[in-house]
Amino acid sequence: MQRVVVLGGGVGGTLAANLIARKLKKPIANGTASVTVVDLTGRHTYQPGYMYIAMGQEKAERLVRGEKSLLDRNINLVVDDITRIDAAGQGVELASGQRLPYDQLVIATGSRIVPAEIEHFDAEAHHFYTAEASLRLRKALDAFKGGRIVIGIAGIPYKCPPAPLEVAFLVESELRQRGLRDRTEMTFLSPINRAFTIESVSEMATPIFEQKGIHLELLAGIAQIDPERKVAITDAFEEHPYDLLIVVPPHKGAQVVIDSGLAPKSGWLPTDRHTLQVKTVVKPAPGQSDEDIPRYPNIFALGDATDLPLSKAGSTAHFEAPIVAERVAAAVLGRSPSGRHASYTGKVMCFFEVGDGKGTLLQFDYDHPPRPPKPNQLWHLGKIVFNKTYWHTVPKGRV
Amino acid sequence: MTETAIPPIDVTLDARGSFCPGPLMELIRGMREAEVGDVIAVLSSDKGSKADIPKWVEKAGHNLIGVFTREGHDEIIVEKVR
Repeated sequence: MQRVVVLGGGVGGTLAANLIARKLKKPIANGTASVTVVDLTGRHTYQPGYMYIAMGQEKAERLVRGEKSLLDRNINLVVDDITRIDAAGQGVELASGQRLPYDQLVIATGSRIVPAEIEHFDAEAHHFYTAEASLRLRKALDAFKGGRIVIGIAGIPYKCPPAPLEVAFLVESELRQRGLRDRTEMTFLSPINRAFTIESVSEMATPIFEQKGIHLELLAGIAQIDPERKVAITDAFEEHPYDLLIVVPPHKGAQVVIDSGLAPKSGWLPTDRHTLQVKTVVKPAPGQSDEDIPRYPNIFALGDATDLPLSKAGSTAHFEAPIVAERVAAAVLGRSPSGRHASYTGKVMCFFEVGDGKGTLLQFDYDHPPRPPKPNQLWHLGKIVFNKTYWHTVPKGRV
Repeated sequence: MTETAIPPIDVTLDARGSFCPGPLMELIRGMREAEVGDVIAVLSSDKGSKADIPKWVEKAGHNLIGVFTREGHDEIIVEKVR
């Protein structure tokens, strides 16, 4: 019996499990292979929808479905917390005391927000990374009558890199429509030396900040919040007073991969950029080249959980899942990975809202930076259609 | 600054193999944990670092000791001033 265990029921885990089950249909039917997904809640959330709750265009209940309903009927779902990954003993320990032995392991444990790393974050800053926080931000925007809005980022990497820029552009459009723009000063704090990590996207976005009259401050990651003076303080010690503060909270990988010795303190799993196998060394020794680091032959990672220099976004997991599925299925079937999904090229594709009913598309891979088309209504509609059809397409591997 | 005048390095952050803005983020994290007066070296193989890191160091009011080209990477040395 070849046991495949998938940790996490997000986009990456669900899609990878479904694709693996499809490729292993015969061995599963004759009892020589099994696929098991372990998920903490048993509920699958479409996280890109959170931003739209904050923008008043989405409801939290529409963003959640039972994980079981999205999985192939040949997949076992275990709803439990993962307490340890025993790579040496090839087993996963669960909070219930159960131990799941595996022959192939897929780690799709995602990322988590850690607002507590910035003192006063929860009391002072709004964000859009949970349904509750997004709803709270919506209420704050409804109550806003003018003043200073500061939008910033407290650490890279974070989920959905375009999101804070999109929020800045969408809030600006909304305030203009509500007649509050003249009474509002908007500042966007970028932690790096341009508006966005990818240069070509930065070149597209920077003029939009100018057109919308949003002050763009560079090298200004948010490091502290002073609640008494209502001031956001950057890691370069600059102060930005606010009436409404919107901050991308710090992010980390799952605690269990840190505790299991598979990832450094950041929690991002060292991952091979093409095979998506997890590397056996958390921190290379000085002078040790990446190629010299052995990979676990039977442990794969995808989605937000990896340390790959790519967007932490559902799209990344979506395009990685076929590679993980091909490699896991090949190992189970005793053949070499083959075809166009044998190796990951770094493909990512995501929509980018710029406000006023317009959007653009970012499509790129390791070797080709994005060349976003001029923002238009089509790409905005594309994102809306994608959001609505997600449940029937992505997790089930139909696109 | 000449190589011989570099003060002793307290912390070395090896960010080689990490892409922009990884090395800058490593330095910012390292600076938070360091003491005033500490000398921190960042090793980066990303070409953008030797432009971006000095700009941040200047903005934050720290002291850029120097940017040195090593074999296959740059070494950027900074003293924490505040």
